[in-house]
Amino acid sequence: MDRLLFGDNQFFGVNHMSEEKARAQAMRFQDLDAVMEVLDTAYDEGITTFMCTTHERIAEVADRVRQNPERYADFKFFPGMPYAHKYADAVTENGMLGAVRKFLPEEGIMNAMLRGGASLAKKDVEGLITLLVDAEMAMFRGLRTPVIWLQNVVVDLLLGLGFTEAFSIFARHVRKRYNAEPGFITMNLPMLLDALDKAGVDNPIVCSNINKIGFRMSGGIEGYHEVLETRKFRAVAMSVFASGAIPAREAIEWISEQPNIESIVFGASSRANIRSTKQLVDEFGV
Amino acid sequence: MIKLGVVGLGKMGLSHLSMIKAHPDVRVDAVVDSTGYILDVLSKYTGLVTFTDYQTMLDSVELDAVLIATPTRFHGPMVRAALEKGLNVFCEKPLCLTSEESRELAELAAERGLVTQVGYHNRFVGAFREVKALLDAGAIGRVTHILAEAYGPVVLKAKGSTWRSQRTEGGGCLYDYAAHPVDLLSWYAGAPVGVGGTILGSVFSENTEDEVFSTIYYPNNVSAQLSVNWSDESYRKMTTQITITGTAGRIHADRQEVQVYLRDTAPDVDGYDKGWNVRYTTELTENVWFYLRGEEYSAQLNHFVKRIENGELDDINSFASAAITDRVLELLTIDAEAGPATLDANAVVVAAPAPRRGLLRRRS
Repeated sequence: MDRLLFGDNQFFGVNHMSEEKARAQAMRFQDLDAVMEVLDTAYDEGITTFMCTTHERIAEVADRVRQNPERYADFKFFPGMPYAHKYADAVTENGMLGAVRKFLPEEGIMNAMLRGGASLAKKDVEGLITLLVDAEMAMFRGLRTPVIWLQNVVVDLLLGLGFTEAFSIFARHVRKRYNAEPGFITMNLPMLLDALDKAGVDNPIVCSNINKIGFRMSGGIEGYHEVLETRKFRAVAMSVFASGAIPAREAIEWISEQPNIESIVFGASSRANIRSTKQLVDEFGV
Repeated sequence: MIKLGVVGLGKMGLSHLSMIKAHPDVRVDAVVDSTGYILDVLSKYTGLVTFTDYQTMLDSVELDAVLIATPTRFHGPMVRAALEKGLNVFCEKPLCLTSEESRELAELAAERGLVTQVGYHNRFVGAFREVKALLDAGAIGRVTHILAEAYGPVVLKAKGSTWRSQRTEGGGCLYDYAAHPVDLLSWYAGAPVGVGGTILGSVFSENTEDEVFSTIYYPNNVSAQLSVNWSDESYRKMTTQITITGTAGRIHADRQEVQVYLRDTAPDVDGYDKGWNVRYTTELTENVWFYLRGEEYSAQLNHFVKRIENGELDDINSFASAAITDRVLELLTIDAEAGPATLDANAVVVAAPAPRRGLLRRRS
């Protein structure tokens, strides 16, 4: 994984600090060209990995990248799924089976129906999980997706329920079918590492908030320090700036002092912020 | 170790189950839902003990507490059965469809010395707690008016087959959505003396309302306006906002931040200056033991657990407090039936003209 990964919150009006800022961003990035301009800026600054959701607008980004293979020769997607809103809406409108049908992958409706339908009937979640992953992955066909994430709402829901087998099903499928590494996003890093151990997912890629003020680091920052020191996993830090609560320089300096952090994911909307983040990371040799 | 049962595994129930099962002081000994499918999957993959019948569960499992997240119309009888068995109860909001029933349940719980709590999670949001602290400190002088708003994209077309689209089951924008800002009003201003000008309007729904507007009157000439719409797609998700005007300043808050303007006449408040002050969620929020969908959801469950362990702790969102909010919801329903208070006898109603195209041209 690269040191710096580029996130997509800013494109979808997600801002943990201010609803006004979030709305201003939603307005600006309504136009796909505005999204591509920022992605191009990051790419030209040498940040070539885009860690994104499977929001339908990401499908448009994927199309642009597919259409310009030379321009985006090094472009990599790290998709995170599922895009929860999409499913919640579909389940409300169409029921569980209807929702599954709506998101069938393109590979062959019969096959998918059998997998989804049979597993619903057998109460076997493996078929269902793999089917949903394939449906989400359809938009990235022909593109490079070396890491595939399970989003934090799903990871943490399963974690709380103790549904650890789902993690190994996801990991197996992603490795086998996409030749990709499974990644897990969580707000509960220490607890998740124990569950992944139990699920037999070896040396997992795990992304969580890691920042100097301990913002949204469940169980407390000490627990995070301990697992970074002692556990075998590939850490990706998000919310390093704690939504802007920590000045950029201080945030990057602090994160550079933490052990075993492989990558940092960040979002930015301007060339100045993208460039200065890159320069800080280079300066501190994170 | 608190032995707990979770009843109702819909949208809220499942996430409550996930959070409370991860709580170090709690053991989930039973889950109840009417849908066999979800129970079978949970039982197969998590080993939870499942029931399709609530009473059977109550009769056969020894518990300290239940967490009830069924459709609202079931709350009353289920809560009563639990209290009569001597169980502490956490119940989703709103508590009951009539405030009389809510008050009865509050009294029953008080007689038995049981801990009760209702899921008005906004009272555990750092920003809204800060607002309460500012009001208690008299930071903006005498409060004259409160504007309570909530908007979001729930019902965006004319269909829907779940209980949430049926008023009789406790669905609809008033009970499902407006209950949140109304409960914040109860917290900040207490019980009202009356309501007026209530509109329960439909945008898309046939069997319930999608928008709620009203004026609420409180003692000491404090007034509030309520503005709620759950059919507003321009909001990415539910957004609740509070704006409070006082003689010495103004407070505006949502889940993310508190903006406070203090006049020179305002009393000194620790950490605040005269003029504009902004506090963000990053400084107002404490970490929780387990995070699923916002610290407030975890924090409210933790508070329930801590109160069972230590009866001395403050009650937040007890049944008695929820009964006040239920009463307001009831008043709003009654008031909406009445229509306009002052009619124009000379009004002539003309048909609205069809939208004309081409009037709005893009300026180059």
